[in-house]
Amino acid sequence: MKPFNIVNGKAAPLLAANIDTDVIMPKQFLKGIDRQGLDHGVFFDQRFLTSGEPNPDFILNQSEWQESTFLVVGPNFGCGSSREHAVWGLKQLGIRALIGTTFAGIFYDNCQRNGVLIIQLPENSLLELGQVISNAKSNEIQINLQEQQIKLKDNSVTHFDIDHLRKTALLEGLDAVGSTLQRKELIDHFEHKYLKTNPWLQ
Amino acid sequence: MTSAKTLYDKHIDSHTVCKLDDDGHVLLYIDRQVLNEYTSPQAFSGLREAGRQVKRPKTHLAVVDHVNPTASLRTAEMPDEGGAQQVSYLGENCQDFGIELFDILDQRQGIEHVVAPEQGFIFPGMVVAAGDSHTTTYGALGAFGFGIGTSEIEHLLATQTLVYKRLKSMRVTVDGILGTAVTSKDLIMALIHKIGASGATGFAIEFCGSTICNLSVEARMTICNMAVEAGARGAYMAPDDKVFEYLKEKPRSPKGEHWKQAVKKWRTLRSDDDAKFDEEVKIDASCIQPMVTWGTSPDQALPIQSTIPNPELITDPHVRNDTYRAIEYMGLKVGQQLTEIPISHAFIGSCTNSRIEDLREVADVVRNRHVASNVQAIIVPGSTEVRNQAESEGLADIFKKAGFEWRQSGCSMCLAMNDDVLQPGDRCASSTNRNFEGRQGAGARTHLMSPGMVAAAAISGHLMDIRKIGQEV
Ligand code: SF4
Repeated sequence: MKPFNIVNGKAAPLLAANIDTDVIMPKQFLKGIDRQGLDHGVFFDQRFLTSGEPNPDFILNQSEWQESTFLVVGPNFGCGSSREHAVWGLKQLGIRALIGTTFAGIFYDNCQRNGVLIIQLPENSLLELGQVISNAKSNEIQINLQEQQIKLKDNSVTHFDIDHLRKTALLEGLDAVGSTLQRKELIDHFEHKYLKTNPWLQ
Repeated sequence: MTSAKTLYDKHIDSHTVCKLDDDGHVLLYIDRQVLNEYTSPQAFSGLREAGRQVKRPKTHLAVVDHVNPTASLRTAEMPDEGGAQQVSYLGENCQDFGIELFDILDQRQGIEHVVAPEQGFIFPGMVVAAGDSHTTTYGALGAFGFGIGTSEIEHLLATQTLVYKRLKSMRVTVDGILGTAVTSKDLIMALIHKIGASGATGFAIEFCGSTICNLSVEARMTICNMAVEAGARGAYMAPDDKVFEYLKEKPRSPKGEHWKQAVKKWRTLRSDDDAKFDEEVKIDASCIQPMVTWGTSPDQALPIQSTIPNPELITDPHVRNDTYRAIEYMGLKVGQQLTEIPISHAFIGSCTNSRIEDLREVADVVRNRHVASNVQAIIVPGSTEVRNQAESEGLADIFKKAGFEWRQSGCSMCLAMNDDVLQPGDRCASSTNRNFEGRQGAGARTHLMSPGMVAAAAISGHLMDIRKIGQEV
């Protein structure tokens, strides 16, 4: 997993509430057995017209927000289906971080597992940020994970909170399975005791 | 400092291998996982690439449910190359890693959340995770279930654990008697409407109260299933005699001495009397009306006798915009009566409402009636066992006579990953759980409701109040 430290880039606003994973990655892109080609599926029904041409009204198709690195999103982003394809697609499209007020639980974990940083801000700060980056002249920002800071073009800085555990995993790009397997003895020990006291679970 | 614990605390504490930090992260032991063909492939590939094994293969059960066709003649053929590849890769993975699979022709095949309880794969006190958001269903059995993504599936297969962050707790107490033809589906839809699609984000919900106690185990599953539509990452109920009765004769339930030991333990699974919850919600069941969704988020729901809301009257600018957008997508008019909305399709199925009791409810509505001429109506039973049961009870004949297509089991039009896809502009009364834009097909419009309400809509050709059936047609 690619470590996340200091990342610069454009931020695009997608501020509607409850943008679900069906919208982020429609069903026709879920038929693979690998992770390839999912960038094409991201927001497919909104990003492309029925003719297949890019929809000029969609923010990520507008020249000032093309190739955005961050999304500033509305409440409950990523709700609905557990499909990790939504995160794989966003990542393949070049999205490194999402900034919002609330995120759906499974989506949040999926982002973490894929090295996509989720930043949660209070509603006021998010609205302000949303306004700033909705202006093409000020949509370039910098995210510094070590310092837990979002820096705007005018050099003003917004602080954000993040659990130490999540921060370390993102900074180091850790392999979660590998880390847990280092505790294998502990797990085996727990399992042995647990199955002995609950023998019907064996 | 109080030592009183919620049942959620008890579930998590009894499964904690070790604490990982002071922010609430633990390494959580998982008892069971159900796997499907579409969210598992990359997890198995991950194991293969790293040369890792599955730690306890017998604790996982795989089913084919999302991509298979549901045509009434069952074959092993998949409608498209992608689906075929996913099904064959699941078979290969189960074979190589020693996991049991209910393949498409298996008599136990069906939607994962219907099959797992039916087979007695889930018991009270278990913590269950699966690569599907509706894993919350198992809360109705006194277990704690939650959905995970594909990376987590891989982690779980390899380690039997997950890195888990403790949730906040919410208690939803439901008292009072549900009115005629008002079901547990209406109850959960009313809750989602009340607290919003993210009202329970970051929470585990405990459902309790006299209304819940009076519901059947299957009706309770509908509630826990849809709790995720309010954002809950888990939902659960204290197990009672009804649950033990439900489990008793199931194929994989504990037997003999183990059964006795298990029930003794299961009876202790409840929140302590003075346990504190972070949030409390109370619902009076006697006030709940039959509900339908009019918009594109499950919280955009109203009692059937309502009209489409006027966005102008909404003060919150976000909610106002979302309302405008939903009304436009749904092709509706402000002030329109919900009962005036015509439908082109009716779908009865999904892990929310496709069990035998749901089908009996539908049969009661459609017996000696006929589907409206402009409506295509299909019934997709939740599992092959449910299908067989419905046939032996004579329900299938009632459905067919009433003009419903009687299908084989699967997820089908709940998410339209197979060939049951709606066209742009189609409007479907649906017993499913999500009315998202494009969920049942790009440009298609979904109205969620109870299976009985779908049946009533199918008969009349428009959304209608199930309590009026017989008065109108
Ligand atoms: S029936 Fe629908 S909600 Fe349930 S598992 Fe299948 S696709 Fe998901």
